[in-house]
Amino acid sequence: MANTQSMATSFLGELMLAQHQLGASTIVSRGSLTSPTVDTLKAALFLASATINAATTAYSTTGEVTGTGYTAGGVTITNATAPTSTNSSATAGVGYWTPSASFVYTTVTLSTAFDCVLVYNSTQSNKAISVHTFGSQTITAGTFTLTMPSNTTTTALLRLATT
Amino acid sequence: MIVTTTKGEMDDSLLEKREGTVDNENELTTWVEYWLDSELVHRSVHVTLKKVPTFAGGDTASF
Repeated sequence: MANTQSMATSFLGELMLAQHQLGASTIVSRGSLTSPTVDTLKAALFLASATINAATTAYSTTGEVTGTGYTAGGVTITNATAPTSTNSSATAGVGYWTPSASFVYTTVTLSTAFDCVLVYNSTQSNKAISVHTFGSQTITAGTFTLTMPSNTTTTALLRLATT
Repeated sequence: MIVTTTKGEMDDSLLEKREGTVDNENELTTWVEYWLDSELVHRSVHVTLKKVPTFAGGDTASF
């Protein structure tokens, strides 16, 4: 078993159903039109032995790291940057989004190797958004920081492109 | 400098510090470890994601 970096396939369909609000909520979002809600996104860490990939539809504790200082479900993502999009030609373009701050797990001990973070929407039944992998790590009475890539059309954390 | 360890807060002068870096096309990772005798008492890691693969190609139907 292994984790595979990918966008959750279910997320693609859910986007068409407007089930995710990655930026500040708008008047056209689902829910109350007078008091639209903002979704809470979270980032959970998974063991290198887990199987998290494009087929993952929602967060669950199966395969999640456990250890001192780590709360099941992970950390809340700071998201002050709304998704944006740009055209690259008359027929193609890209929509992209990157959280505005690092994911930080402070003073934790995670003794079993982990190599994956699952980004998911805790407001919308923990629906999965994307899976990101990195070199296998352990943490001992320390801090794990995951810094985001630059928010550009070619490096953003999430990119939906047409060609 | 005070370091949080499995033994509690300790001055880093009492510890052996080890550091490392992994730099490839996907990530820049730095780690720091503090050892007390032969025991690992602190390990922190900072991963910077550099490049995330394009996740999806889109298309529209033609008529």
